[in-house]
Amino acid sequence: MGERFESVGAVREGLRDVAYLADEGIAGVVYLADRLGKPVLVEGPAGTGKTQLAKSVAEMTGARLIRLQCYEGLDESKALYEWNYKKQLLRIQVERNSATWQEIEDDIFTEDFLLTRPLLEAIRADEPVVLLIDEVDRVEVETEALLLEILSDYQVSVPELGTVVAKQIPLVFLTSNNTRELSEALKRRCLYLHVDYPHLDREKEIVLTRVPDISEHLADQVVRIVRSIRQLELKKHPSVSETLDWARTLVLLGIENVDAEQAKETLHILLKYQSDIAKASKELSVNGA
Amino acid sequence: MLDLLAGFIQELRAAGLPVSLTENLDAMEAVKHIPLEDRDAFKYALAATLVKSNAHWKAFETVFEVYFSMRGSEYRISEDGDDSGADLAELLQSMMADREAGKGGGMEAMTPEELAEMLYKALMEGDEAMLKALARQAVQRFSGMEPGRPVGGTYYLYRTLRNLDLDGVLDRLMEAEREQADAITPLEERLAKDEFESRIDKLRKEIEAEIRRRLVADRGAEAMAKTLRKPLPEDIDFMHASKDELAALRRAIYPLTRKLAVRLARKRRHGRKGPLDFRNTVRHSLSYGGVPAEPKFRYPRPSKPEIMVIADISGSVAAFARFTLHLVYAISSQFSKVRSFVFIDGIDEVTRYFEGVEDITEAVHRVNTEADVVWVDGHSDYGHAFDVFWERWGKEITTKTSVILLGDARNNYHASQAWVVQEMRKRARHVFWLNPEPKSYWDTGDSIVSEYGTHCDGVFECRNLKQLERFVEHLS
Repeated sequence: MGERFESVGAVREGLRDVAYLADEGIAGVVYLADRLGKPVLVEGPAGTGKTQLAKSVAEMTGARLIRLQCYEGLDESKALYEWNYKKQLLRIQVERNSATWQEIEDDIFTEDFLLTRPLLEAIRADEPVVLLIDEVDRVEVETEALLLEILSDYQVSVPELGTVVAKQIPLVFLTSNNTRELSEALKRRCLYLHVDYPHLDREKEIVLTRVPDISEHLADQVVRIVRSIRQLELKKHPSVSETLDWARTLVLLGIENVDAEQAKETLHILLKYQSDIAKASKELSVNGA
Repeated sequence: MLDLLAGFIQELRAAGLPVSLTENLDAMEAVKHIPLEDRDAFKYALAATLVKSNAHWKAFETVFEVYFSMRGSEYRISEDGDDSGADLAELLQSMMADREAGKGGGMEAMTPEELAEMLYKALMEGDEAMLKALARQAVQRFSGMEPGRPVGGTYYLYRTLRNLDLDGVLDRLMEAEREQADAITPLEERLAKDEFESRIDKLRKEIEAEIRRRLVADRGAEAMAKTLRKPLPEDIDFMHASKDELAALRRAIYPLTRKLAVRLARKRRHGRKGPLDFRNTVRHSLSYGGVPAEPKFRYPRPSKPEIMVIADISGSVAAFARFTLHLVYAISSQFSKVRSFVFIDGIDEVTRYFEGVEDITEAVHRVNTEADVVWVDGHSDYGHAFDVFWERWGKEITTKTSVILLGDARNNYHASQAWVVQEMRKRARHVFWLNPEPKSYWDTGDSIVSEYGTHCDGVFECRNLKQLERFVEHLS
């Protein structure tokens, strides 16, 4: 079991140093993941810093980040390992006249001809790594099975090479946008963390940390307006990253004090649907009584 | 400690959370690494190991609070409530500093007017510690809790809130806000209002928690946990949803449609291999020196179904029709064509309301206000509506069309005209009937769902989002 962190507080401090403001829950789960040697499944609305969390943890621990971006149709050959057919073919052609088949067979299924993909890469690494399996809900249920062996035992079976066991237990983060229910088996193996939109104070802190040259007053206004907008019934609520974009825009425009007019003109940075923009500008300009 | 945990997990299972043995063991392992005095960390450690879905979070929080709530003397329900929390005493001391000291007993001695004034001040300044103390005080004074009374927490909550008159306080706060600034813009006003509302909301939650704590102290955790379960949005019954529940449903429907659309698109493409694509295979074989090592296939593109929705929008089933239309249009990209008709005793096509509209909620609203659906008296008449439908649009049903009929089939004893449904089935690919009533009510009173049902390919009970979602998935 790992001992990367002293305490929950230490995790928070460490993340703060790399400009990621974690709340009690996030820090607590990261700490436990290390202590229990279990992967973390991170769910929540888009743009709340799920992927960023893995990146920040890697940065904080000085580990290498290995990322597996999931997509539909992801299979073993793209996630785990693949034999380099072309190279093997060339090898066979070179040896065509001299060597016996036995020699060739021993020869072409070796390290030289193995293409390691992210999962195997993370298992075989000598140095500390953080493995990020992004948008795991996009893979089909059958492909999830690929992950199970790795997530529970940190080992992979490659028929030609035998079982590869991890030299050290990597920190694993899986993110999901919840487009489908993940299998029970996968959930059982993970610690669960739901990252929601931050509270007002935390979001303000995030804005202050991430947007240079922003005044306290403007940051305060920005997060308040965003909070108001999130209370409306919209197709897509503004995420934290969109809040940051908006704050940066306002700073660039040299706005110190947002009024309704300016807010309306820059809404398209915060919201991505025309109907949402219309709704929000209506709400902001009229007294919402 | 382990016994306590085992009891807690049992409690979670009783509340409907699926906690497996592995998770149980994980939780026990996890708490070893957490300093026990840190209540928050303890809670998050349990949550991370035991709760694997955000939908269960609320239930977990409630059970946690009930199970691990402090069962100290300060929660005793008694007439002369003694707030003996040391931290609170200190807080009160500091609060009383600016009032004349020596009254003793802190808040108990205050008149209701003074209490209201304190509340107003605390909300104005957003003083959380103070609000906590006030919530406790308010419950003690106004809720009228008596030991052993078999009354639900909502009743006490109602009594407490009625006495605090929070709406009045909000008005006062806004008044003060307006006076403070000479020229307050509507935007600023709105932001101020949101701020105050969120503070008041916090106070309300605090009061709820306080009442819960006291009830636990009175009746024990087990009895409480059972009374606190709220249904998840997807389990809310369309026919009997309260106003708040309808709002929750509306909020839940959009994320749901997105998920559904993704799933359907996936299903369409998933796992089918068509015939060998010879050209593509040959092209790829070139990189292997002419060996076709990677066979390539053509992927079939299955045709999308056409949908006709015919919905009863009379009072009792209006909400159900609204949500179904909403859902169908939200995933209309998954169908080649969607046409919709609504009826009460007259029938009208409303497809045009949805075409080129971004905001479905708006369209549904227009359907409710503009569609011409009343023929005689505005009581459902399925027979007449179907009759008219067949005459005007029947010919447009083709073998590609799936017809979905929505309603409770309560026909007010009019003629059924079930032959129309029979004819539809002859022309259409499928005819389905969705009924928002529980199965046990079918065919009681004036419901004639079976008479129509015999001519359908399927009749489904569709009382909540979960069932609706399942049906739509089955459809395409």
